[in-house]
Amino acid sequence: MMTGMTSAVAIHDLHFLLWLAAAWIALGFMGMLRPHTTRFIAHLLFPLGAILCLGVALLAGIFLATGHAPQMVILPLGLPNLPFHARLDTLTGFFLLLLGLAGAGISIFAAGYFRHGQGTPPGLLCLQYHVFLASMALVILADDAYFFMVAWETMALSSYFLVTSQHRIAEIRRAGFLYLLMAHVGALCILLSFGVLQGGRWQFTFDAMRGASLPPFWASAAFLLALLGFGAKAGLVPLHVWLPEAHPAAPSPVSAMMSGLMLSTAVYGMLRISFDLLHIRYWWWGVLVLGVGLFSALFGAIFATVQTDMKRLLAYSSIENIGVIFTGIGLAILFDASHLPLFAALALSAALIHSLNHSIFKSLLFLATGSVLHATNQRSLGKLGGLIRSMPWVATLALVGTLAIAGLPPLNGFVSEWLLLQSFLYTPQIPHAFLNMLIPLGAAVLALTAALAAYVMVKFYGVIFLGQHREPSLVNAHDADWLERIGLAWLALGCIAIGVMPQLALRAAGTVTGALLGQTVNLGSPFWWLAPIAPKQASYNGLLLLAGIVAVVSITFVVVRVLAHGRMRRTVPWDCGYPWQTSRMQDTAEGFGQPIRHIFGSFFGMERELPSPTDVAPRYRIHIEDRIWGVLYLPIARGVQRLADWVGLLQSGRLPIYLLYSFLTLIALLVFVL
Amino acid sequence: MVRQFGEVALAIAIAPLFAGWIAQCRAWLQSRTAPPLIQPYRMLRKLFNKDAALAIDASPLFRTTPYIVFGTMVLAAAIIPSIATDLPFARVADAIALIGLFATARVFLSLAAMDIGTAFGTMGARRDMMIGFLAEPALLMVLFNAFLLSGSTALPSVVDASTAHPFFVDPSLIFAAVAFVMVLLAENARIPIDNPATHLELTMIHEAMALEYSARHLALVEWASDLKLFNYACIGFALFLPWGIATHGRDGAPELGLAVAALLVKLIVAGAALALIESLSAKLRIFRAPEYLAMAFLLAVLGLLVHLLLGA
Repeated sequence: MMTGMTSAVAIHDLHFLLWLAAAWIALGFMGMLRPHTTRFIAHLLFPLGAILCLGVALLAGIFLATGHAPQMVILPLGLPNLPFHARLDTLTGFFLLLLGLAGAGISIFAAGYFRHGQGTPPGLLCLQYHVFLASMALVILADDAYFFMVAWETMALSSYFLVTSQHRIAEIRRAGFLYLLMAHVGALCILLSFGVLQGGRWQFTFDAMRGASLPPFWASAAFLLALLGFGAKAGLVPLHVWLPEAHPAAPSPVSAMMSGLMLSTAVYGMLRISFDLLHIRYWWWGVLVLGVGLFSALFGAIFATVQTDMKRLLAYSSIENIGVIFTGIGLAILFDASHLPLFAALALSAALIHSLNHSIFKSLLFLATGSVLHATNQRSLGKLGGLIRSMPWVATLALVGTLAIAGLPPLNGFVSEWLLLQSFLYTPQIPHAFLNMLIPLGAAVLALTAALAAYVMVKFYGVIFLGQHREPSLVNAHDADWLERIGLAWLALGCIAIGVMPQLALRAAGTVTGALLGQTVNLGSPFWWLAPIAPKQASYNGLLLLAGIVAVVSITFVVVRVLAHGRMRRTVPWDCGYPWQTSRMQDTAEGFGQPIRHIFGSFFGMERELPSPTDVAPRYRIHIEDRIWGVLYLPIARGVQRLADWVGLLQSGRLPIYLLYSFLTLIALLVFVL
Repeated sequence: MVRQFGEVALAIAIAPLFAGWIAQCRAWLQSRTAPPLIQPYRMLRKLFNKDAALAIDASPLFRTTPYIVFGTMVLAAAIIPSIATDLPFARVADAIALIGLFATARVFLSLAAMDIGTAFGTMGARRDMMIGFLAEPALLMVLFNAFLLSGSTALPSVVDASTAHPFFVDPSLIFAAVAFVMVLLAENARIPIDNPATHLELTMIHEAMALEYSARHLALVEWASDLKLFNYACIGFALFLPWGIATHGRDGAPELGLAVAALLVKLIVAGAALALIESLSAKLRIFRAPEYLAMAFLLAVLGLLVHLLLGA
């Protein structure tokens, strides 16, 4: 609190941020004034919300660029002896920057998207949407367990209502329930973790928790509870089951917020507890997080390849990306526990930048699916195709996101993956006999995941936008309107900007690692160069790479035109001379996933129905299931059911028996008292 | 800068020659009359002079992809230190970023193959992406090995480090080199995985993706794939046979001349060796490809373990 009081200017940032969060809530309530007027809400309130997002990003960016001194304030809210504390430090600043940047694009898109007002009336949606946005900002700003949990639960509830905005569909209600259940199991774990962290002093401010030096057992307990709680929110395997149900169920801007922003708040919480509130980190925590992260990444990528619903595919891809982020966190913990702070800073920077990247490109792709959904009313990949011709804007902007998420240079996804692979290169220096040989293999898993992500994205983009229309009705698909295009373009610009100026993101991450680990990677190079350890060791320059490709492509184009010619005629496709071609002969979404099913068959629970040669009406069906349901969740559900059955034995439904229970309880109490 | 352009020009010029040389060696090994060495250039000239026939539904993505793929491969040739290490572009990307650059080209070509919406195009795209994700872990382990030996993933630094003590060969490098050659064959659509000369529909991978291209577009795609093979060979030279490459401080005109001569000798030997491997092996079924690349991966991991166990 002392640091906050020292400068009057410094306290302004935090105050402004809190006022911006309050303004979001106010915007939401303004939506309730005229809940059915789509114009008022879509063309006034949502753009205003986007401007507030930009304000948050700007303030957070200025804070990261100039002052790094933490600012604190005690709000006149909360319970009498338990006021809300808020704090702005570099970790907070980084995640607010992420929230603001991606949120601005999503809000502008939402202004164009919520035009029809199906399901929940637009005014109510506006309220839920902005409360969701504000609660995420408050989760990041909270500086005591009480405020954190209030904001966390508000976030869960507001997003629950947004997920179930089409509540007349039973499937969506079910997805919403599953989400709520998992959110609460997670919240309970987080609450318990805070309970352990306060260390018996009953002080729930984060400042007090930083001071409590927990014994090893309790520190590990707090860490594991936090991993469970935040892992459930982030969608780490095996706590991911709600994610592929809930994300597709929500309207697309909400899917984008949940996938791009809400998952990041879980990453934030994990970083806050493991690097800030806990005073020590043990190496086996790192190994655990690394293992879970790598498995989630691989699992998510493999399952994404076999999906046939475009939003489910993206949801599984979120699991993959969260896995990559947690891999970075695990490596950072491991390096930090092994007293290699420079490499810890490298791994943590990779995790932070990947969070930022994921929030941008995943939002972009979810929003693009929203436009496709609006234009075609189809979510199934088997009924799309060829949309690049009728929706050139969405297709072009989605291509940027596709290449970025596939981890291809010179876009942003590659930057964080490159940093993470670089930090893997130093794992042989970890002073543990077996770990230093095992963990390098993690780099291979990561490379496999990245290459699988490229496979997934070729499938996603190729099946939706390229090829022939799989349904005749797709000819009439219309492109996105101008507000949607602005939102998509903003996010696509973010993908390119971070890709060609990676040093900016690295510097922002550097302020965080400097505060948490006391160490930063090499930030000295100009903003288009990336050389985290030393230029001699490894360097990457996205801007020059992009400029080089553009230059060579244009020179080649001109040379070919000048020396040869540009004559061209249009014909029917060649296709090895087969005369009879229909759009049904392209690969289906199932077909494109076939090599993966063949190679990674043991991951899936597969149910196949193949036609026999003599079938009159041949039918091909394949159903793919997550094995974790059968291994983990169904036994738990059955156990609960059995327990309930046993308790049910007490309920006979006859009054004398119940009176007997009361009588026996009284007798027992009397015996106990006397 | 002049040397940089010289290196790129040399790469563009001799990449088809290298492919032609391999074809010639293969023909000799199979006791056929070999086509002349300049056959690839004649092919390119013919293609550039033809009128392009484009499918009706082809989108702009389909038409720009040959240029983008060619551009990435030329850029990669600028980054790889094939004759000298001290070039302006050499530090733009390290070896990991180079893999990424190749992946960019692959993804564009796969997307273009899906653009027309024919059965063979999508089949080729799917198979090529499959080979890609199987090969990448093995390739990364090879680079990990090189990093452990030289402390860098930047190819110029790797070359500088290994030319500093030229007669020392780490045993782990042998495993890594074998793994690298296996990956090279798979990534460049060569025989155990794909057959560059095939036109049998069901076995094609690379051919299937280029099926709808004609004239100048096809020429660029073919030239780019020649360049890719050349680039892979040069990465292999930088990692395992760096002798002759002009290093920092020792890159005057005579050294550069020597470097070009060394590169040509290495290419001639490597081309003959590749032709021999291809002639001695049979094409694998597509679903044996995972086993083949898993073996490459295990060899690379073995190299890593050998280094960590012996070097510790």
